[in-house]
Amino acid sequence: MSAADPGAWLVWLVMSPLIAAILVFLVPRIAFGIACANALCTTALALAVLDRVAEGPVRYALGGWGAPLGIDLYADPLTGVMLVGASFVLLATTFYAPGYLAQARIDALYWPLVLILQAALNALFLAADIFNIYVTLELLGLSAVGLVALADRTRAIAAALRYLLASLVASLAYLLGVAILYHSHGVLDLVALADSATGTPATWAALGLMTTGLAIKGALFPMHFWLPGAHSYAPAPVSALLSALVVKAPFYVLLRLWLGPFFDAPPEVGDLLGVLGVAAIIWGSVQALRQDRLKLLIAYSTVAQIGFLFLFFPLVKAHTIVQGITLLMLAHALAKAAMFLAAGNIIHYLGHDRIHDLHRVAKELPLTLAAFGIGGVCIIGLPPSGNFIAKWLLIEAAFDSGEWGWAVVVVTGSLLSAAYVFRVIGHAFTLDDVPEAGNRVARPMVWTAFLLSLVALTLGLFAAPLLEVISMPVAGTADAMGIFP
Amino acid sequence: MTISVLYALVGVALFCISLYSVIVGPDPLRKVLAINVMSSGVFLVLVSLARRAPGPGPDPVPHAMVITGIVVAVSATALAIVLIQRLHTAGAPTAAEDPGDDS
Repeated sequence: MSAADPGAWLVWLVMSPLIAAILVFLVPRIAFGIACANALCTTALALAVLDRVAEGPVRYALGGWGAPLGIDLYADPLTGVMLVGASFVLLATTFYAPGYLAQARIDALYWPLVLILQAALNALFLAADIFNIYVTLELLGLSAVGLVALADRTRAIAAALRYLLASLVASLAYLLGVAILYHSHGVLDLVALADSATGTPATWAALGLMTTGLAIKGALFPMHFWLPGAHSYAPAPVSALLSALVVKAPFYVLLRLWLGPFFDAPPEVGDLLGVLGVAAIIWGSVQALRQDRLKLLIAYSTVAQIGFLFLFFPLVKAHTIVQGITLLMLAHALAKAAMFLAAGNIIHYLGHDRIHDLHRVAKELPLTLAAFGIGGVCIIGLPPSGNFIAKWLLIEAAFDSGEWGWAVVVVTGSLLSAAYVFRVIGHAFTLDDVPEAGNRVARPMVWTAFLLSLVALTLGLFAAPLLEVISMPVAGTADAMGIFP
Repeated sequence: MTISVLYALVGVALFCISLYSVIVGPDPLRKVLAINVMSSGVFLVLVSLARRAPGPGPDPVPHAMVITGIVVAVSATALAIVLIQRLHTAGAPTAAEDPGDDS
């Protein structure tokens, strides 16, 4: 295993954050330095992997054991895009966190937990079999719950507990599905399952259990009940990670399953998930409009944006849908992280996040408000953001498959998101007198939020090469079965 | 119906009963216990369906999965109990708190 071996890159994407987590736990003094080194290293590795998988998928058997008892790592273009998105968001939060942690007096446990979260996330994206996905989902859930509870307020702990219970029930439903799939097909590997899984009753039972479990973890309406509390009471950098990355992980697994073993699922199931997605868009947007607190508004916006992702299922057989959904996951991750980081700055400056009292934020925190606004523009889906191209591809997919109703949903949902974004921006420009100046916001906090929002905004300009990579045939998915010409 | 299928059905029944308890149980500690019973149900399904083909012994892979699952269940239970204890010392309402309504 040499440094030039792409298999080694996959291993280090998991090992680097794990080693860093242990180091920062033992030597908290140099936590920031280690976390920075790890963030830069994993970003470089993720970019290298994305570049490499454009030529074809990479598979690596850990320790040379191989399936079924060993653990395989597997990367294809979809993995590559997810890894790059995750490492960019983590890079931004790493530089953002020291300023925030110092003023919020949050435990030093932030760093080890966040690094374990990254290790779990990367391992999940790289997992080649459905049982390793279960293990990484659990690791991800446990570290995420720990991070929410760091806020150490009663409400945050209650939200963390609710999140943990929902997540555990969801994992068990998923695991029961794994048991059924393994019993009926004798394999756990995703690629092998895609070949062997046929429309037997056992497969459909597993489909129901696994999809339900992952939909709870992915906070699909009406199973989103745990999300607003957990995402809004958590510390700001944690909220950014949860909304940008952690809810995407179960959706990524759903994507893998539905492009693989469940590709021939009855269309009614896909339609049902699509209808729930529509309900999520409407409910999430309306709730976002009704919120009085900025972070809750952003959290409900996540509920709505997850609804867009679930439009994948009714359109699963359309030509451009995989590209559109992958790009939407990436674009939403970047934009939403920028919005939560900006909200963290506003809370730090004002000491609260009541939307009605956001006076003078535009004047006092121009870059932060710009970050929030640009993030909002991306969420709405205006060009040149990645969301614009992603939503365009969704609409194209809807027209291609002749079900134009879904296209109407995409447009309506975007209009609703415009409503709640402009509501915040309107309040930020009011000119009431502020009795005293707010707390100074550290420069790295302002700039990471702003730069992340710029990356999200300009993503659309780099979308063409990215989409070319995603449209590559992927072994074990529908592409390889000749569905997409 | 073979004996292993019967065990598997018992596992599914355990899963369903405790799922009900997780949803309606008012007390967080009871929910955690119910989740533990739920995972036992899943493990029972995994172990009892391990003999897939007539042969000398059962398939080892589901056993490896159950061991991993037990480790996960223990750590998750520990985390849940710590959170419940913290809530208890804070003396706050635990169950019936709506995440959406906050001032």
